[in-house]
Amino acid sequence: MADGELLIRNGVVYDPINGVKGEQKDICIRDGKIVESVTNPKVIDAEGRVVMPGGVDIHSHIAGGKVNAGRIMRPEDGRKGLEPKTSVCRVQSGYSIPNTFATGYRYAKMGYTFVMEAAMPPLAARHTHEELVDIPILDNAAMPLIDNNWMTLEYIKSGDTDLLAAYVAWIIKATKGYGVKIVNPGGTEAWAWGKNCNLHDSVPYFDVTPAEIVKGLAEATEKYEMPHSVHVHGNMLGHPGNFEMTTDTYDLVKGIKPYRDRPAMHATHTQFHSYGGTSWGDFESQAKHIANYVNDSDHVSIDIGSIILGDTTTMTADGPMEYSLYQITGRKWTNLDVELETGSGITPFLYSGKSPVNTIQWAIGQELALLTKDPWKVALTTDHPNAGPFIGYPIIISMLMSKKRRDESAEDMHKVIFDRADLPSIDREYDLNEIAIITRGMTAKTLGLAEHGKGHLGVGADADIAIYDMSPEERDAGKIQKAFLNTKYTIKAGEIVVKDGEVVATPPGRTIFVTPECDDKLMDEMLVTLKDKFDKYYSVTFNNYPVQDAYLPNPYEIKAPWRS
Amino acid sequence: MVEITDVVCSLCGCVCDDIVLEVENNEVVKVKRGACSVGKSKLLGHERIKSPMIRENGELKECSYDEAIKKAAEILYKSRRPLLYGWSSTVCEADSAGIELAEDIGGVVDNTATVCHGPSVLAIQDVGIPSCTLGEVKNRADLIIYWGANPAQAHANHMKRYSYVSKGYWTAEGKKGKKLVVVDVRKTMTSKMADVFIQVEQGKDYQVFSALRAILRGHEDVVPDKVGGVSKEQLLEVANMVKEAKFGITFFGMGVTHTGARHNNIVNAIQFTRAGHLYGKWSIMPMRGHFNVTGFNQVCTWQTGFPFSVDLSRGYAWYNPGETSSTDLLYREDCDSALIIASDPGAHFPGAALRHLAKIPVIQIDPFANPTTEFADVVIPAAISGIECEGGVYRMDNIPIRLRKILETDYYVPDAEIVERIHAEVRALREKEGE
Repeated sequence: MADGELLIRNGVVYDPINGVKGEQKDICIRDGKIVESVTNPKVIDAEGRVVMPGGVDIHSHIAGGKVNAGRIMRPEDGRKGLEPKTSVCRVQSGYSIPNTFATGYRYAKMGYTFVMEAAMPPLAARHTHEELVDIPILDNAAMPLIDNNWMTLEYIKSGDTDLLAAYVAWIIKATKGYGVKIVNPGGTEAWAWGKNCNLHDSVPYFDVTPAEIVKGLAEATEKYEMPHSVHVHGNMLGHPGNFEMTTDTYDLVKGIKPYRDRPAMHATHTQFHSYGGTSWGDFESQAKHIANYVNDSDHVSIDIGSIILGDTTTMTADGPMEYSLYQITGRKWTNLDVELETGSGITPFLYSGKSPVNTIQWAIGQELALLTKDPWKVALTTDHPNAGPFIGYPIIISMLMSKKRRDESAEDMHKVIFDRADLPSIDREYDLNEIAIITRGMTAKTLGLAEHGKGHLGVGADADIAIYDMSPEERDAGKIQKAFLNTKYTIKAGEIVVKDGEVVATPPGRTIFVTPECDDKLMDEMLVTLKDKFDKYYSVTFNNYPVQDAYLPNPYEIKAPWRS
Repeated sequence: MVEITDVVCSLCGCVCDDIVLEVENNEVVKVKRGACSVGKSKLLGHERIKSPMIRENGELKECSYDEAIKKAAEILYKSRRPLLYGWSSTVCEADSAGIELAEDIGGVVDNTATVCHGPSVLAIQDVGIPSCTLGEVKNRADLIIYWGANPAQAHANHMKRYSYVSKGYWTAEGKKGKKLVVVDVRKTMTSKMADVFIQVEQGKDYQVFSALRAILRGHEDVVPDKVGGVSKEQLLEVANMVKEAKFGITFFGMGVTHTGARHNNIVNAIQFTRAGHLYGKWSIMPMRGHFNVTGFNQVCTWQTGFPFSVDLSRGYAWYNPGETSSTDLLYREDCDSALIIASDPGAHFPGAALRHLAKIPVIQIDPFANPTTEFADVVIPAAISGIECEGGVYRMDNIPIRLRKILETDYYVPDAEIVERIHAEVRALREKEGE
């Protein structure tokens, strides 16, 4: 946090949470926070430039075991992004899997100041946190995987939601996590035997279905005043014809009353779950089906997981999905199953505009953003690095803002885009206010971070600000893309960290974690079962499992009391 | 006397974390439970380097920490191409400090993997690696293969805690419900326990992996009667065991990484694992040696993008094993100083590499004297990680565990702090010269 005062003068401000839609305004900053007024500030002249709150990424894989396994496996990706150290920056490497330092710098250059690490294997949570500590500038948080855990499966089977809630509290606390992440519920446990699960299949040996897991975890989550809902990567990701299973999954939380004004489920990287057809041969977009569902309901929010054409490194706790992908491509494949909890797989992938399937995938992500009427229900992501690296966000922004650019791009892609996707027929163009919503406002609100100072510029908010070198009237897609790639200024907690597209300061970020508060008696009862698991089945001891305080040098705690 | 539980062993890649100790008067007096005999010996303590030392006229002379650290900084500051090697028997915090120092002085940073499982890393870069955590093996594995590894002696708790002898959810009967296959060039303590022992001819592992792959992929007919000294009959027997297993794992050791086809052996071992996957669930895992050799590779990768042998002299990270690996640099007489930490190249590097290492100024940081001490010019004793100081390490299956501090020391300094203090001195020297 920077001491002293800063005044951003005459910028054209987009602050959707506070209803500010492109007004010329001054922003006052003191001691890292937004304030009403300042007396003797350093002044930044932002006249005619676009000013937004710092970007808030709701879903990105930036730190931890599988990200690093990807880096180890792919030195060829590392070589793509080599940059020397400077007087302020450490060495940089990588394109789809940048090293930790580059991750911080490159996000900051795009005006982002918070990123949610989307999948933390609980047993390896220390690793995730070690990397988060080495990502400069960005505030961060991480969601532990809780859906294939034996404890979860057993409590789902016994139907004991309170004890499940106690386990959820324990594991979020033990991992210094943020919320409940679900990835191929039941399917990843099945993958430990080389199998997979559909939504209503029985998980081998555990006799529960993925549908029951999702519903049970959503109910357990809402027992607390949790800032964020369950965050769901459903079953059969990436399989043709999965779109109905996707909305069937959304149906599961209908009627569950969320703690606050957010949906009861966030469904992530929806592009991968919006597939029609029965095989890759008749593969088609079903984005319309998904968007219509989201438009007609208030219990689910989505992020798009849009494709960036080119080579990337796919990685997910959805082990069987990565195995299928590897069988398609025959490229390198890494797998790491985690005892009693989860798994992961990693394989490189090339999204090509010449491929009919990739072309349709490319269209789907954008269709989801354009067909979802209310931008407060949809977030911009690429499920970094799965659909493409985060560094491609400015490309997507320029596409969403320019029908002309989309049409020009479609001409270069496989002609199937005109038959089996809706994108060419969509005229909608996002304005800057809507872009600000899907990159900060919606994401901060959905994650429950707005009241903790993220994603807006109201008095008391963190002084995390992006000033883009573009006029609000700019319509040239290339110029829009360029502006969103490298800010004029990025300010983090009142400190200028990027100036004219160069990183000029690298303060450490904070790690935000949630403490669900569970009744002691309930916790003790749950611990009897859990300790038995440690005694008999885990390969580390109960006492060596929780993440020690040493791994969070800059912690920020959010308490989540039990709902009365 | 105090009993301490959940002690984490800082010896080998098993990183056993359920050790129970008795401590009295700041000394470990008894290892009650959990450790193997080698681990026990480390926990009970043995001869230490007593003081920092600087070599003068061929003799190591005792000095203060400040003097030794200053001398170390002078060596590194003057050096054109320093090598910073070792990093495997210390904690991630020290590794991180070392990488930052190497980056600042334009050095080459490399760990013991370079002469150990480096070929395994190269193989992973070729084809990836399907693997799992050790608890998965404990709970599910019904077929275990040790290939070129002798855990009964080298990783003495491995079978008991994690694999053949351990009991888990679907393996409640321990070794009763499991099969053990050992592949080695000679009979070992481990092979004596095996259901099937395959004695392969020295350097012929590649051919044996190929033959097994061929059988698993349905090309039994192309396999000759004998491959690498192993009969077709025995190969068919093992292939059948693979086909019948629900959950199989291959653990491999130095016996395959540094013989014959080197990293290609491991590529083939991984392809063999993939072939096993056609029938059941199959994984493969290197038997990592030092307790944190895996951790250095992790830290180095997330910080530089590459796991070992990283040359930072260009300002960015340049990774090219064969060019930037320690032994190759030394063969070429390419480096003009070396910082050796938490390792012993004196005992493990080839002679030709050591000849150059003995010629250049060498700084050693280690709790214990070893052959490297014999030619080191500055010797800085360190606190013992996991006994006198805490810190993060990664088990052989990439699971992060935090070492505990068991005993107090009012004298020895942790590795991370020594490296940071050397770095601070280097910065001070640079400032003095007004660079």
